[in-house]
This record gives sequence, structure tokens and C-alpha cells, in this order.
Amino acid sequence: MEIKVEDAIKWFEKINEKIKLNKEYLTSLDQVIGDSDHGINMARGFEEVVNKLSAKEYGTVSEVLKDAAMTLMSKVGGASGPLFGTAFLRFSTAVKVKESVDFETFTLGLESALEGVKHRGKSTAGEKTMIDVWSPVVDFFKRENDFQPDELLYESRTAMENTKEIMATKGRASYFKENSIGHIDPGAASSYYIFEALAEVLQEGEK
Amino acid sequence: MGRVGIVLISHSTKIVEGIKELIREVIADVPIELAGGTEEGEIGTSIDKIVNAIKTADEGKGVVLFYDIGSAKMNAEIAIEMDEKSTTKIVDAPLVEGSYVAAVESGMGKNLLEVYEAVKKSF
Repeated sequence: MEIKVEDAIKWFEKINEKIKLNKEYLTSLDQVIGDSDHGINMARGFEEVVNKLSAKEYGTVSEVLKDAAMTLMSKVGGASGPLFGTAFLRFSTAVKVKESVDFETFTLGLESALEGVKHRGKSTAGEKTMIDVWSPVVDFFKRENDFQPDELLYESRTAMENTKEIMATKGRASYFKENSIGHIDPGAASSYYIFEALAEVLQEGEK
Repeated sequence: MGRVGIVLISHSTKIVEGIKELIREVIADVPIELAGGTEEGEIGTSIDKIVNAIKTADEGKGVVLFYDIGSAKMNAEIAIEMDEKSTTKIVDAPLVEGSYVAAVESGMGKNLLEVYEAVKKSF
């Protein structure tokens, strides 16, 4: 399967649905180890993304990703805006020119997104952040030869749940030190919804 | 002759307004622009606000940026990348004291690098 413009748009629509549905939950995660605005910020951002994408005609997946990125950067307050925005912006640049995106190019895009987040947040895996979901997902894509939506679901969910046991050493949560253990990282949870949404787009594409 | 501009970035509009007030007590002719809060004036930072503040603060001699916590620095970095100008510098220094030193230095007619170095040396 190849990711086409309409798949990319559907991806963001699904992310928006999931974030909106879990807004309270995300905020409750952020309440324990942050400033309790994660759900609200992400919901506002992805709502704006969907509005933006529905108002324009797109020729390439890259353009869709770029508009989503720019919207996230300007509409999500807090650290999530620049981080998720950078992820999709780097993704966009990596898949440029191509009208639709095959598995190999998609994997490159994901990898660039991860590198972008690491660079922007000056962070790496194991610090209880979104990277702890993005990094294992990138590894999973690199192991495979084609999209595997069921396994993607499993990999991203496991990665998210694993953040529970990590002590935060990056971001606002790091002020909580060992008290951050036992809670899922909000950015990791949002990242899981992003990949859950992707898995659903892929499952629908297979039918 | 232009002066090196100063942009203050904070999650709170009140924080940067207060700092500007403090600096204006002693320095009147250095451009100080504020990027506090989100576009809606809530707690957070906004890339658009930072980009606009840099533009307004730039009298041709460059701009130094000061920031507070979390997303402030990341958004400052993105604003600079989007602008692609080499005459804007982020300074890793305390927001209040750092920008105060920068304003004094800029007021003496120092250039971008001199202002930057003077602040770095103070902390």
C-alpha cells in the first residue's frame, strides 16, 4: 500500500477524533507530572489542523504534513507545539516531491521526524517523553518490509505503557523526579493515538 | 544609528511587561519587543509573536532573544530557523538579569556580538 493525499488527511482526522475523545484523560496524565494543559493544547491544535486541511486542495502528502506541522506549531501552546510540529515538518521534508508515499519513504519520513524531535527537545530515548514511543515505532518500521497495522498498534501501545516505569529526566515532568514513576507520559500517550490512527488508516486501506 | 534589539519571550505577558518596565527605568532608546503568552494571551509561547517581535526589534544591528521555561526556547529556535537570519541570537541567561545587561550594553552602542558576549560573561 502507498499513502496518498487522502490517506494523510484521514490520518489527521482520526488523530483529531482520538485526541478529542481522550482530552480529559490526557489532561489527567499531565496533572500528575506536568502543568495539566496537554489534552487541551493537543485538542485545540489538531482541531485547527483538520480545519486547515479541509479548506484546501493538496497535490502531495508532503504539503499535507507541512500544513499540519505549521498549524501545530502556532496553535498548540506549551512544548507540544514545537515538538509535534517539528516531527511533522521533518516528515514533510523527507517525503517531498512524491505524490504518494511508499513504505520505504514513509519509514524515512518517520525517522526524520524522530531525529527532529530529538534535536528540538535535546532529548533521547529513556527520558520519559514522546521519543519513547516514536523511537521503538521507527525501529519497528525499519525491521519490516511493508506496513503492518496490527503490529504497529501493539508496538506503539507497549511503548506507551513502558513509559510508566521510566523516571522523567526531561521536560517539566523531570522536576517530579522519582514521583514521575508509575504514570504514563502524556506526550507518549498522544503519540500512541497518532500511531493508532495511522494503523486504522492502513487497515482501511487494505480492505 | 540603530541599536541591537532585545526580544523577551515568556509564557506570561505580565512577566515580560514587568521586565520591560524595569529596563525602561534606566534605558530609553534600545528597542525592546515582547513575545509573552499565546496569541490568545493565555499562558504559553507563540512562534508568530516571536517572529514579529524580532522583526520590529531589528534596527539593522541584530537582535538578542531571552526566554523563560519549556517551549519558550524551542519556539525561539524555530522562529530563527524560519527567518534564516544570522543576525538573531538566543542568549542562555536569566531572563531578567540577562536582558537588563543586554539593554545596558546595547544602549552603549555595542554590536550584536559584543552584547551577546557581555551577557554570557556576566552569568
